[in-house]
Amino acid sequence: MRTSISERALDAIVSGVLWGFRILIVLAIIIGTVLAIRAGTYTRAQWIDFVIFGVAQGSIYALIALGYTMVYGILRMINFAHGDIFMTGAFGAYFTATWLTKIGFTDRYPVLGLMIPILVAMIIATLIAMLVERIAYRPLRGAPRLVPLISAIGASFFLEYSFRGIFGPGKYAYPPINALEGEWVVLGIGILKVHVVVMVAAGIMMALLYTLVMYTKVGKAMRAVSENQDTAALMGIDVNKTIVSTFAIGAAMAGAAGVLFSLVYRQIDWFMGFTPGIKAFTAAVLGGIGNIPGAMVGGLVLGVFESVGPSLFLEGLGIIRPYQLKDVIAYTMLVMILLFRPSGILGERLTKQKA
Amino acid sequence: MTAILTTKNVTKRFGGLVAVNSVDFQIPDQSIVSIIGPNGAGKTTFFNCITGFGKPDEGEIIFEGAPIHGLRADQISHLGVSRTYQNIRLFAEMTALENILVGQHTFLHASWISAVLGLPSVRKEEKDALNEAKRLLDFVGLKGHGDTLARNLPYGAQRRLEIARALATRPKLLLLDEPSAGMNPSESEDLTVFIRRLRDEVGITILLIEHHMRVVMGISENITVLDYGEKIAEGSPKEIQSNPRVIEAYLGRGAATEGMEDAHERHQKKGG
Amino acid sequence: MMNNTNKENSLWAAIKIGLLGGAVALFISLVGMAEVFSKRDVVEKTMTLGQFVLLAISVASGLLAARRTAALLDKPNTASQAAAGLIAGFFSAAILTLFVIIGAKINIRTVFLNASPGLYSMLTLNQGVSGVWILPAAGAVSGLLGALSLSLPNAVRRPLFHAILFIFFMALFSGLFRVVMINQSGFWEKTAKYLFSQTGMTRPGAAIFFALVVAISAFWSAKGQAIKTNVANLPKGRQIGLRVIAFAVIAFIALGLPLVSGAFIAQVIVIVALFILMGLGLNITLGFAGLLDLGFVAFYAIGAYTVGLLTSYGQYGLQHISFWAAIPLAVLVAMAAGFTLGLPVLGVRGDYLAIATLGFGEIVRLLAGSDFLAKYFGGPQGIIGIQKPCIGVLGEFTKVDVPRVCYSLFDAAKPGIELSTPQSIYYIAVASAILIAFVSWRLRESRLGRAWMAIREDEDVAEALGVNLIQTKLLAYMLGAAMAGLGGAIFATLIGSIFATSMQLIVSINVASLIIVGGMGSIPGVIVGAIALIGLPELLREVSEFRYLLYGATLIIMMLAKPEGLWPSKTTQRELHHLDAGTSAE
Repeated sequence: MRTSISERALDAIVSGVLWGFRILIVLAIIIGTVLAIRAGTYTRAQWIDFVIFGVAQGSIYALIALGYTMVYGILRMINFAHGDIFMTGAFGAYFTATWLTKIGFTDRYPVLGLMIPILVAMIIATLIAMLVERIAYRPLRGAPRLVPLISAIGASFFLEYSFRGIFGPGKYAYPPINALEGEWVVLGIGILKVHVVVMVAAGIMMALLYTLVMYTKVGKAMRAVSENQDTAALMGIDVNKTIVSTFAIGAAMAGAAGVLFSLVYRQIDWFMGFTPGIKAFTAAVLGGIGNIPGAMVGGLVLGVFESVGPSLFLEGLGIIRPYQLKDVIAYTMLVMILLFRPSGILGERLTKQKA
Repeated sequence: MTAILTTKNVTKRFGGLVAVNSVDFQIPDQSIVSIIGPNGAGKTTFFNCITGFGKPDEGEIIFEGAPIHGLRADQISHLGVSRTYQNIRLFAEMTALENILVGQHTFLHASWISAVLGLPSVRKEEKDALNEAKRLLDFVGLKGHGDTLARNLPYGAQRRLEIARALATRPKLLLLDEPSAGMNPSESEDLTVFIRRLRDEVGITILLIEHHMRVVMGISENITVLDYGEKIAEGSPKEIQSNPRVIEAYLGRGAATEGMEDAHERHQKKGG
Repeated sequence: MMNNTNKENSLWAAIKIGLLGGAVALFISLVGMAEVFSKRDVVEKTMTLGQFVLLAISVASGLLAARRTAALLDKPNTASQAAAGLIAGFFSAAILTLFVIIGAKINIRTVFLNASPGLYSMLTLNQGVSGVWILPAAGAVSGLLGALSLSLPNAVRRPLFHAILFIFFMALFSGLFRVVMINQSGFWEKTAKYLFSQTGMTRPGAAIFFALVVAISAFWSAKGQAIKTNVANLPKGRQIGLRVIAFAVIAFIALGLPLVSGAFIAQVIVIVALFILMGLGLNITLGFAGLLDLGFVAFYAIGAYTVGLLTSYGQYGLQHISFWAAIPLAVLVAMAAGFTLGLPVLGVRGDYLAIATLGFGEIVRLLAGSDFLAKYFGGPQGIIGIQKPCIGVLGEFTKVDVPRVCYSLFDAAKPGIELSTPQSIYYIAVASAILIAFVSWRLRESRLGRAWMAIREDEDVAEALGVNLIQTKLLAYMLGAAMAGLGGAIFATLIGSIFATSMQLIVSINVASLIIVGGMGSIPGVIVGAIALIGLPELLREVSEFRYLLYGATLIIMMLAKPEGLWPSKTTQRELHHLDAGTSAE
């Protein structure tokens, strides 16, 4: 055997370090949880609040994650600008909603006052995404993988700083819908109306998307192209059109997510797409990239972990101001998933072809 | 003659598909052995099992008396097994010489520090390696193409460069995956002579997958036939030519299997 | 009949191109670039940079439309091309005109911040609504000029084009040149005042530059090839001599530059040198071994924090050792971090590796800036009071909050040389960059370099040839980390403080982009990429608002037009050279 001792030692170190990571994380979670529950800093109602906020937040992540997952499934490309598409939707909705509020329309017809901005956001996000696809991605199809990724990074910068230039660097206050102030009490638990709306709206959007992908012609074409472009083309599917519609549908979801996000956080700015974009990508990976139900599950899991995690795992370990580290929880989940289960929670439909 | 490589009961599955089914197989030392079979018969998958590209699900592979199944590809290469690929896999953006030098990686020992310092020992090692690479380049008949990027070489030259690169690892057993694919009859004839030289002059045992029956029958001392992942026959070229099961496997399904190759390829990629 | 439809097509094509140009012009106006640019002059009292850019769009539209017409018509003639140029030029300006008219009636500023009176008056040359005709007229004329330029012979058109391009860059950088030259006083000061105004170039200045570039470009296009072959045919000794001379000139400029340029330019060059350092580091992982690391900034941060903790005389300083002792330690710590972070993630392939490393990078930044670890790393307040390097010996501490004094090596009573200005850090940074470039080059030519590139090309095959993937990748990762750590260490010393907020993902993206824009795996490419993507925007403070907008556009355009990079790696060049030799021999 010519394999040297140092080499075998290194192999042992690799697996040792990997196991060390696993054990450390699991221990931290268990100890943190036990300590946090024993300390009893938070009441049961507060924990429920955390979970509900997490679900609302997670359903927004899920909506954005759909776009990542669909584009990755079809082109094996990380659409880095997707988070910024989300931002453009929010801006479109902001101007519409402000105007509708100003003329008193929102107060008279709160449901329409919610839906019209969502529709506008979806349209604007879709148009911009199609433009980005046409200019920055389509000519690069078939190029080495890094090339479209860098182009996507360029597109992301371009969108962010265009909006910064056109609409200014400041933050805009998103107009509240008066009918959505306050709480509804469901099963004795008070839930912010906004959160209910976010969850319901996201749920409807995802159901629509799932129906679209599973049962319509476009959806079938999309699935066929993501399996094998050449074969799909031989079967008479217009691959180009299918790719564009994938971008468009993903962007529409992101646009709607932009409005829901604005309703929860009440403010928008040109850089708002960055962090949710990376989180949503994490969600997509978490659920198994290329897998549509996976993106939904991944989003919810990430949202809840992020919301509950700081108080449950970190505070128990005696970490001060744990909410500062909520992103660390998200990224740790991302890294752990990639290391130990790269196929994601629900498994990846398309892993192997990419290698 | 002793066997340099023995496989026992080697099985490889992709999901429900059994690509290689319980193959027992032996290669005598210093021999030239061929594996033939219709498209999709699991020949390349079998190669992949031997060279560590995908571990067999069951069975044993013994090389020079030691088990090698379960080792990584680089470890198997260190032991003296090297290969070429059905669809040429050169390092396209590297020159021909650099391709061969990568094959010599194991025999060079410069650490990164000594390489940065440019120690005399490193220089000597590099110079020797370069000479050896040039010698191999000449040996496969590519003299003067050393500085050409691999992707810019003509097809036949790429096949030969791949063999030179495989030889650079100083193999005892060389696996050639359809070396004559895309060659005209006279080129195939040259290849036959070349393969025989490899065995006679360098003393390397050769295992090849081949479709050109003239090449196979011309140089093989022993032929194994795979069909649907199973070994259906084994013997000298004469025996194989008259074996009824082989004739059925080839002629019985004939052209109908043409399209299988693509599907087969895809499965292999999924595995790798 | 056929010709008629083609005529119609070419009309439509001209209008379409014009409208596209108009959309670009409108975008530039709305994003605020036009107005900011109009504060700078290309030629004093004649043309602002804003006008220049808008007219350039019309010229380009006219040129493209004329080309398109030539391609569409069976028998293209100058008249039809000129007409196409005129139409395209007109439409490229018409959109802005429409915008001015609408803007005069409705207040759209509530949505579009830059639709300001300033912009309107710039677009109408201060004429108000009565001046709306100026824009389409100027557009049409520019379009016509663009179209007509097509019928000029190449020998005339190219020098003109080069001169116009040069004038544009001169206009952008004139402020910088002016300041540097005026600082020298005497002859240089007078020249500067003759060539440059406060806001741009003077008329004689512009004329001189224009004539100069036209002359050089015409000369080069006539004689350049001959000179190249002459140089190539020189005996080897003479060629080496020429190279030595070129190198000496570059070295002389590099050594003397900070003495004349002042602190600002020296600081910019230090930043460029730091990005070259990091670029060379990532070039090993990404350019050689093909591993995209988007968390590269983590190692930069680790290098910076190590130096900070080891040398700071602020409250978080642990050791207060000297810069020179801290640098190797920082490199080692970064390397060790590369080992620990690299071990788990290197089994992950392709895009997943990029995302996993991105995650690690963000975790490092968030932890460093958190209150949780603030007692070690200063949290959001960062680490301040990092010592400057001292040539000589350091005095003793009496109290932790008292900075140490740098004493001369020879006379303990006299002060030593404290490298506290950007100009002095410049030498450290540039020397490190040169050293690292040398190291990279040696590595590239070694067995390891070849193994890395083999992994980049096809890692399965590399493994089958006996390359141990984990070890080889890990080494690439560690060496890359070490170089980033060195960059971070020098950065911390330059600024004198470190904040977690400066360790953003954008740094990693910047480094990756500069490698790809420069040319993957190419060492000179890293230098060119760092100058183009980091140096130029740093110098152009006046347009810094649009820095990342232009940056994004550059990335997209580069990927579309020249994905192999500005200075592709040596193999590609060697190969091209080889092909040339091959064809000429046959």
